[in-house]
Amino acid sequence: MVAQNIAFGIVAAVMVWGALRVVTVNNVVHAALWLVLVLAGAAAQYVILAAEFVAITQVLVYIGAVMVLFLFGTMLTRARIGAERELNNKSWWLGVPSSVLLLGVITLALVSGFGDEELPKDAAVVSTQEISDLIFGPYLLPFWALSFVLLVAVIGAIVLARKD
Amino acid sequence: MSAVSFLAIDPLLEGDFLWTPLLIVLVKVLVVFVVGLVATMLMVWFERKAIAGMQNRVGPNKAGPFGLLQTLADGIKLFFKEDLLPERADKFVFRLAPYLSFVPAFLAFAIIPLGGDFRDGNGGLVTWFGQTTRVQLADPPVGVLFALAISSIAVYGIMLAGWSSGSKYPLLGSVRASAQMVSYEASLGLSLAAVILVCGTLSTSGIVNAQSSLGSWNLVATGVVPFLIFLVSATAELNRPPFDLVEAEQELVGGFNTEYSSIRFALFFLAEFMNTITMSALIVTLFFGGPQPITIGGTSLDIPLVPNGLEGTVWLLLKVLVFLYIYVWFRGTLPRFRYDQLMDLGWKFLIPASLGWFMLLAGQRLADDREWDQWIVMPLSLAVITLAFAMMQLAFRASDRNREAEGVQF
Repeated sequence: MVAQNIAFGIVAAVMVWGALRVVTVNNVVHAALWLVLVLAGAAAQYVILAAEFVAITQVLVYIGAVMVLFLFGTMLTRARIGAERELNNKSWWLGVPSSVLLLGVITLALVSGFGDEELPKDAAVVSTQEISDLIFGPYLLPFWALSFVLLVAVIGAIVLARKD
Repeated sequence: MSAVSFLAIDPLLEGDFLWTPLLIVLVKVLVVFVVGLVATMLMVWFERKAIAGMQNRVGPNKAGPFGLLQTLADGIKLFFKEDLLPERADKFVFRLAPYLSFVPAFLAFAIIPLGGDFRDGNGGLVTWFGQTTRVQLADPPVGVLFALAISSIAVYGIMLAGWSSGSKYPLLGSVRASAQMVSYEASLGLSLAAVILVCGTLSTSGIVNAQSSLGSWNLVATGVVPFLIFLVSATAELNRPPFDLVEAEQELVGGFNTEYSSIRFALFFLAEFMNTITMSALIVTLFFGGPQPITIGGTSLDIPLVPNGLEGTVWLLLKVLVFLYIYVWFRGTLPRFRYDQLMDLGWKFLIPASLGWFMLLAGQRLADDREWDQWIVMPLSLAVITLAFAMMQLAFRASDRNREAEGVQF
C-alpha cells in the first residue's frame, strides 16, 4: 500500500494548495480554474481508491458540467481579464470558522463511523453494476430525495427566469 | 496492487511485472499517437480534396502525389510563423488553452478497439510475443463514460481560449461553443445510454463483442433512433457544419481562435480533425460493431489476402472512412443552423426524443424479463410517450404565445 500512500499524499497536497489558491487569487476565472484542479484531485483520489466509476462520474458531473456552467455564467456576466480589487467582501473571515466547523463535523463523523478500521489489503474493485445495485436497491429512497432537490432547483430556476 | 487492478481487464497486465508487457504497452501508446497524427493529416487532405470535388474545384494538388503532403507543408509553415500573444490576453490561460483541447482529443482515442479477432467468441484477444492482449490502448470497465468525460473536458479548451484572448469576438464564439457543447452533451449521453442498456456493459470491447452479427449491431438492436440522435449530437459536439456557429466567419471573424496564430492555432486545428476521427470511430464502435466483420446468418465476410489478426483493423478502417466521408458531405451540402434553431433542436427535440426512446427500450426489456405480453406493453408505452410528447408541444405553444404577447420577436 506504500505507493498508494505516496500518491495520496502528493494529490492531497496539490488539492490543499489549489483550495488555498481558490480563495486567495483575485480573478474569478482563475479561481474557478483552481477549483477545477481541486475537483480533479478528488477524482484522482477516487482512482487511487480503485473506485473508477465514482472518479469518472466526478469528472463528468463536477468538472464537465458544473464548472463549465459556472465558468459560462461568469464569462457572460463579469469576464474581466486581470486582477479585480473588490473581489473580497467584508465578511470573508466568516469562512474561517465555518470551514473549521465543517472539518470538525467531517472528522467526527469519520472517526465515530469507522474508528480504526483499515482498508482491506487487496481491495476488490467495486464494479459499476454493484454500485447501481446499491443505488437502486437499499439507497433508492435517498436517491429519490436527492432527485427532488434537483427538481426543486430546476423549478426555482424557471420561476426566476419567467418574466410574467 | 489494488490501485492498478482496474486495468487488469486487459489480460496483458495481469500477473507479475514483466518487461515484455511494459514494452508492448509502450509500443501501443506510440502507435496510437502516431496513427492519430498521421490519420489527422490524411483527414485534412481528404476533407479538402472531397470538398473540392463537390464544388467543382481541383483542391490541393501540388505538394506530393495528389497533394497528399499539403497538410505537412501547412504544418511546417505554421511552426515557423510568428507566435503572437495579444497584449490584453491572460498570458497563462492563453498558452494553456490549446493543450486543453489537443490532449483530450488524443485521450479519447485510447479506449477505441482498433482491431483484434472478435470471431468465434474470441473476444478481441490477440497474442503478441507470447502475451495475450487487446488491440486497444486501454479497456477500462467504465469505457464509454470515459469518452463522455473527455468530451466534456474538451469544452474547457475552447471556452478558455475565447475568454483569455481578451477581445470581443473570440469571447462571443467561445460562449456560443460552450453553450452548444453543454446542450448537446445531454442528448449524446442519453442516446449512448440506449447502447449501454442493450449491451449491458460500459466497456468498449464488451460493446463490440456484443455485436457479433449484422442483426445484433446496436444500430438494429437499439432501433436506429439512438444512432441518428447520436450522429446529430456528435456533429454538434464536434462543432462541425451544419453546427459550426462557433466559427461562423460572417458573424464572428474566426470564432474562439481569432487571436491565435502559429503552432497554437495548429493545435486547435489538429484537435478539431482528431476529434472528428475519434467521434467517427466511436460511432462505429457503438453502433456498427467496430472491428467486427459483416456477418449474415453465421457466415462472416472474409477479406482475401489479409491475415485474420489484421482483418478487424481493416473492417474498422472501412467503417470509419464511411463516417468521415459523411462528415465531409455534411460540410459540403448543409447550410449552417441559426442559433435559436440549434438550441430548439437540442433541447426541445433531441433530448426528449432520446429520453423517450430510452424509456421505451427499458420498458421492452422489463416486459421481456417479467414475461409480460409485448403486444400490450409496447402499444401502451408508445401511447404514453405520444401523450407526453403532445403535452410538451402544448407547453411549447403556450410559452410561444406568451412571448408573442410580450412582443418578443424571433
